[in-house]
Order: sequence, then structure tokens, then C-alpha cells
Amino acid sequence: MAQGILVFAEVREGQLKAINRELVGAAQLLAADGAGDVFVALVGDGIDAAVEQARTLGASRVYTVTGPAFAQYATQAWTAALDAVLDACGAKFVLFGATAMGRDLSARLAARRAAALFTDCTEVALSDGNLSVRRPVYSGKVYEERVATSEIQMASIRANVYAPVAGGEATSEVQAVDVSIDAASIGARVSAFEASGGDTVDLTEAEIVVSGGRALKSAENFAILQELAEVLGGAVGASRAAVDAGYAPHSMQVGQTGKVVNPKLYMAFGISGAIQHLVGMRTSKVIVAVNKDENAPIFQVADYGIVGDLFEVVPKLTEAFRERLGKN
Amino acid sequence: MNIAVLVKSVPDTEARIRIAGDGASIETQGVKFVMNPYDEFAVEEAIRIRDKRGDSKVTVISMGPDRAVEVLRTALAMGADEAVHVSDPAFEGGSPQADARVLAETIRLIGGADLVLGGKQAIDDDASQVCAAIAEYLEMPQAQIVTELTLSDDGAAATARRRVEGGDEIVELRLPAVVTCEKGLNEPRYASLPGIMKAKKKEIRKVTLADLPLEADQVGSAAATSRLVRYHPLPERPPVKMIPGEPAEQAKELVRLLREEAKVI
Repeated sequence: MAQGILVFAEVREGQLKAINRELVGAAQLLAADGAGDVFVALVGDGIDAAVEQARTLGASRVYTVTGPAFAQYATQAWTAALDAVLDACGAKFVLFGATAMGRDLSARLAARRAAALFTDCTEVALSDGNLSVRRPVYSGKVYEERVATSEIQMASIRANVYAPVAGGEATSEVQAVDVSIDAASIGARVSAFEASGGDTVDLTEAEIVVSGGRALKSAENFAILQELAEVLGGAVGASRAAVDAGYAPHSMQVGQTGKVVNPKLYMAFGISGAIQHLVGMRTSKVIVAVNKDENAPIFQVADYGIVGDLFEVVPKLTEAFRERLGKN
Repeated sequence: MNIAVLVKSVPDTEARIRIAGDGASIETQGVKFVMNPYDEFAVEEAIRIRDKRGDSKVTVISMGPDRAVEVLRTALAMGADEAVHVSDPAFEGGSPQADARVLAETIRLIGGADLVLGGKQAIDDDASQVCAAIAEYLEMPQAQIVTELTLSDDGAAATARRRVEGGDEIVELRLPAVVTCEKGLNEPRYASLPGIMKAKKKEIRKVTLADLPLEADQVGSAAATSRLVRYHPLPERPPVKMIPGEPAEQAKELVRLLREEAKVI
């Protein structure tokens, strides 16, 4: 019976994405339970630096699919590439990050390989040799526990759930897999990437998220959260109410119809805590809520609460963090 | 241009979700079901494309129990031309791929589509797999989580803006293609009263397993690739620790707690 865990390592701007270290961390836990060897797959063009990084993660083997056909993400080309790597390594399990690319690619590959695929898992384990997962459903209002029964079993894993592997020397051997792509068969290809403003950390990957609600009262006032986020090295989010009021773009929205975040610290300022917001941040390790209304539902999920005016509290907090973290 | 739109009936975003006594199902009694919010963007986009291009048809397709008909009527009331209800006891308990197989064959049955639109995910099982699997089975390209879609004048190609971590990707697509819709793509319209009246009278075509070139073991629970063990409630969070005092003191104390107690900074 097939064994082994293949980790799809996403490369962006020539670099390994941070979540890949977490995926390898999860794969190593599965391997310790007898899931077999850990393999890593990279797809792209001119990705030597990322391959060298991947070799340090402790995988038995790093598979690469490279060439000009893989210069820009194309679902069909990447699916063909991973399909070939899967044949080459014979893995039973495949792990993806629950990122835009990981979700897009895994769904297509699962259909091709008639595999069970679990999206956005917060826990993966082995149960009698099969992949057993926990994942939020109904927008995070409950969790489901499922066990795969198919031959090949796949999961995408939410960011910030598993501890990243530190890595060491570049010891993994590299095996290139030749995949020829008929350009005419690729009907969709990325032609450009437009970064959404500066070098800010992405919400879904941020370790610290500072969010504001309608109580911020204007788009300009989000600057005070931006400043706080900068001191903490975090990202700024917003509630649906703030987005609907035009204070922040939808790309910053945390919640059911926005992004699901899972940082180690989530700070909610002037957010009352509607269910559709809570499902987007409830799994954060530590939650801080600052709100004028002591009965705001956000305090029911918070670890630390301050009843007060965010316009008074935020500047003091920024100052206190700056002092504590030794930043000017 | 033929546009197929996939819609699903799901619990309303504000609905409380309760696990049933058996631990392996969700209480549906008293739950309000609505069109999956992301599917509303898909229906709206399809109608806009049709109205702009002319000589086009929007067919909405929903797979599921009888309540799926309500969602189809909503889509008709918004302005969709035709509706197909895909339903058969044999379809129950299928994997996203098994459901996609049924929907792909349904799209073939109605004469194919130049554009297949769906929501980026359904807010019940949150699988976000069905549309990509349909693209695979129909051998179409796909673009997912799309916030902007522009078709070429000849209808042979499209440019999509898709939301990814840290920015947007621009995807060049060849049609026929599958596109999944994200909030921001458009502002879905409300159904007009005449639209609702008209939708009530429209016939909804029903498709069952017998209409499709599929065997019973390719659909529903017979084709399942996983087993639900049970549902779990959300883990309880510890009680909140309120920090009293003046803002400056509160700030200092919070920073101390985050550093020394929670150890997150």
C-alpha cells in the first residue's frame, strides 16, 4: 500500500512561502505516526533559491518541476506537474496550504486523482492508516471530524496552526520530474500580480492582527491601528460594519464573508462581535477586545478586555508596546 | 452565449448551527435557508453579462433537496432565464467530486455552457471544491475567487482578477471556462415584485440520476471518499480578564499580561 506524505510547497516571488514550513511540520507529525516519508514538491521557473530553502526542511526528497511553462501560475499546468510528482513519489497523502493557490490546485488535483480532499483543516492525524482531520464548517460555527477512505488522501491546512520546522542544512536530495506542457492545452494563466499596497503582512498569515470596527468612524482613523500594527509587526483588519461603511477595503475584512484569520494575537477595537465576525477570528490564540460597551459580545470570546474609548486606549497601547518592545 | 450558474441553498449567515443528538448531523428545524451569498454574485454577474451581450441565456442549476427550488426561484426572480433542479435520493451523501460529476453531466445535458459561474465556496460545508472539479471533468480552465471579470467582445476569452494573499492575480482565460465569484465582483440586485411573480410561474426542470449517463456507484454516498465521524462544538474559550483603570494604566497592564502571562509578544 502506498505510503508517504507529499507537501506542495508554494513559491511566491521566488521564495518559499512561510506556510510551507508549517506544512512540513504537520507532515513530520504524520510521519512520526507511521504515514511514511516526507516529500516536498516545488513547481516553477527559476526557483533554484526556493529549492535550496526546501532542501533544509528535513524532507527525504525534494521534487521539482521546472521550465518556462511554469513561469506563471496556471492551474492546469500545476495540476499536471503535481500529478506527475505524485506518480514519481507514490505518496498516499498530499498536504497543501489553505491559500488561494493551494485551494485552487488541490481541488483540481483531487478531482483528477479521485482523492478525498479536506479544505482548511485545523488538525490532521492518522486513524488506522487513513487521514483523519478536523475542519471548521458552517463558516466556523462548528467543526467536523472526517476520515478519508480513498486511495489518495489530501488536505489543505490553515496558516498558523502547526509549528513551522526550523530547518537545518540543505540535506534533502533533489529529483527533477520532467513534465511537458502543451501550451495550447492551458486555458488560464496568471498574467500579472498586483501587490495590495506596500510591504504589509498579509492578514491570513499575520501572527498579530489589529482590527477595527465601525467605532473607528472614518477611513482616516484607521491610521492609529496602522501605527499600532507597525509597532507589533502585524496586519490591520476590519469588521464587516467598517467595510460596509467604507472605512476599509473588503480585502481587510475579517469574518464570514471576509477572511478567516488565525493569529497568535488578535486585537479588536470597537468591534461588537457579531457572529459573522467571531467565526473569522475565534481560533486566534489570544484575543484582546477594547470596546465602550461592556456588554459587547466580543468580550465573551476575548481573553483580555478593556472597557473604554478606543481613541484614548490605542495611542496609550502603541506607546506601551513601543516602550516594551524597545522600538522608537 | 450560454451561461450556467451553480447555486446552493445554505443556512442563513446569521443562523445558529446546532449539532443534532446523534453528533453526526446538523439540526435543520427552524433554520432559515437562503441562497449561498457567494452564489448571488455569480447570478448577478451572469445576468449582467447576458444583458450586455444580448443573445445569451442564463441557466441556474441547483443540486439538493426540495428547498433548492426556493433558491432557484430567487435566481429566476433576479432575472435568470431557466432553472434546473438536480435531485435524486441516490445523490445524497456524495463527496464534492461526486456532486461535481453530477453537475458536470447536468451542464452537458442542457447543451453545455460557454461560461460556468459559481460562488467561491458554499458557507455550509465550506469545501470550495465543486467548481474546480467541474472544470476538471468538463476539461475547462478555471479562475477562482474572482472580484472582476471582463469578457472579450467575441466571447472567446476573459480576464479575471482573483484575490490571493497579499494582492490580486490577473488571469487570462480562454472560454469555455469555470469562474468562482468573490464578494466585490458586483452588487447583487434584489428581485423585483414583477420578477418574483414571473418566477413563480416558470417551470423548473428536474434532473435525476436516470437522466444522466452515470451509474449509481458514481454518485452520492456510494461514491464517498470520506466518512464523517462527528461534529464538534467550538472549543470554549476561557473567561475574559477585564483590565480596570485609566487608559494609560490599562495599556501598560495589558502589555505586561501579553508579555508575561500570554507570552504572545
